[in-house]
Amino acid sequence: MELKEKHTSTKVYKAFIYVALITLAVTIVVPVAWVFMASIKQNSEFYGNPWALPLGFYWQNFVNAWNTAKMGDYMLNSVIVTALALIILLVVALPAAYCLSRFHFRGRKFFNVAFMAGLFINVNYIVVPIFLMLRDGDTFLKNTFGFSFLLNNLVVLAIVYAATALPFTIYLLSGYFATLPHDFEEAAYIDGAGYGKTMLKIIFPMAQPSIITIILFNFLSFWNEYIISMTLMNSATGGKTLPVGLLNLMQAQQSAAEYGTMYAGLVLVMLPTLILYICVQKKLIQGMTVGGLKG
Amino acid sequence: MRRNKGRSRFIVLCVAPAVILFFIFMILPTLNVFRMSLYERGAYSPTETFVGMGNFQALAQDSLFIRSMQNTILMVVVVTIITFALALIFASILTHEKIKGTNLFRIIFYIPNILSVVVISGIFSAIYKPENGMLNSIISLFRGETVTVLWKDAPLVVVSIIIAMIWQAIGYYMVMYMASMASVPESLYESASLDGAGRITQFFQITIPLIWTNIRTTLTFFIISTINMAFLFVKAMTSGGPNGASEVALSYMYGQKDAGLYGYSMAIGVVVFLFSFLLSAMVNKATKREPLEF
Repeated sequence: MELKEKHTSTKVYKAFIYVALITLAVTIVVPVAWVFMASIKQNSEFYGNPWALPLGFYWQNFVNAWNTAKMGDYMLNSVIVTALALIILLVVALPAAYCLSRFHFRGRKFFNVAFMAGLFINVNYIVVPIFLMLRDGDTFLKNTFGFSFLLNNLVVLAIVYAATALPFTIYLLSGYFATLPHDFEEAAYIDGAGYGKTMLKIIFPMAQPSIITIILFNFLSFWNEYIISMTLMNSATGGKTLPVGLLNLMQAQQSAAEYGTMYAGLVLVMLPTLILYICVQKKLIQGMTVGGLKG
Repeated sequence: MRRNKGRSRFIVLCVAPAVILFFIFMILPTLNVFRMSLYERGAYSPTETFVGMGNFQALAQDSLFIRSMQNTILMVVVVTIITFALALIFASILTHEKIKGTNLFRIIFYIPNILSVVVISGIFSAIYKPENGMLNSIISLFRGETVTVLWKDAPLVVVSIIIAMIWQAIGYYMVMYMASMASVPESLYESASLDGAGRITQFFQITIPLIWTNIRTTLTFFIISTINMAFLFVKAMTSGGPNGASEVALSYMYGQKDAGLYGYSMAIGVVVFLFSFLLSAMVNKATKREPLEF
């Protein structure tokens, strides 16, 4: 009798758990799916029931977003900035993390502490001084050489992204490099390999899993970032990255009521990250628990 | 000797680029935040006049700034409590109960974390939209009449931003706690349930104490990151409107920069920076417990 009672209470509890989990899952999936659905609706369809299925595939929304709203250009800008920032980050951070974690030299401790302290500096606080520094630089260049290139420059934006991602990346890589036994290098030196060759041919290939984790996390943060991009690419006619372009599109939509175009733009921004996520979700979640904390 | 020289050159070549980039784009701007907060700077000319604590004195009188700090504190407190409570409960359920499709749930719960804040604000404006929004239509369904809740108006606007922030943060922390809960040995739960401890007792007496160190570190980081996330969300969703009702400290700082008041803007930056450090130090101290081993 008692056992049976316990059994039903377990069942009720189980049912309650499923309801709670499914509710949470629905609140995440439904809005995202709704945006995908809205992106293929015609403008007139937005005045009826918001849950109605689209009457057909209205691809014109994507054409409008891509051409008229210039999301195609912004997509290209985002691809350039993200790729460039990732390359700069890896080229700069990998050797630095390797030396800081495996070589003993004067000042090593100081640099390690400095980069650790960098983990606590959030870009939102320093975006204004960075902007002013670049603007002053531009004024100086204009007065002395007659041209300026620091603001509204995708390469400079990529460098700033890479620089602000350095502390976390070096922290993560150093953690991995420190676990490797020193025998690897000693064997390589005995075989006559130099420092550079040992690093490039022996150590970096072993660090591949950590490198992939770094690429994944930083891809997401560079692709999604909008505050730095909005501040440093401030010219009204100049290039923008995808999230900033989307923000402008959303603000313009409030007066023009071009709903379909806006949702198509929304899909264009999130589709690459969703595809990447579906491909690598296992790796991403593993990497997160290995790497610990992210800002 | 030759080898030694090569070694130094190698180290300098490896470390210098990172140090230079880090110095120019992180250390120098950080020092500048503190220095500029003591100056007044022309909007278009780089001439600076030293004003000492003038900017900070003006801040203490600025009712818009005080409101933005109140909003920041409200968001940090509410978002932290709700996110942590829900993340811990769901993580515990997904680790301990035999649920079908655990992996699918985990994949879904993590989705908001990979989306840009701009995308999330677009999604939420589709939800909140007064005319034909998802939320209003659901409420209307239950009430049997057409209801229009104006989510972007004064009293509700902070609540709607808070909901979006919780939506974004919950999955990330859940996945993180699932990893640490999985390391608690199952035998502890077995012996506890033999002693007659129910699920809720187990949660508070075993799970929470054993992963306390993890909760504590994440809590400190979460508070700092919520101050920043609040800025990203407010900037994308409302730009502080209507009439500054949803302004948070960092969005107010950014607004002063747009107005050309750079020194004043940086004084806000200094106050928020110190505030976030103080807050996390306090939380760190308040949550100190003897670490438990298992």
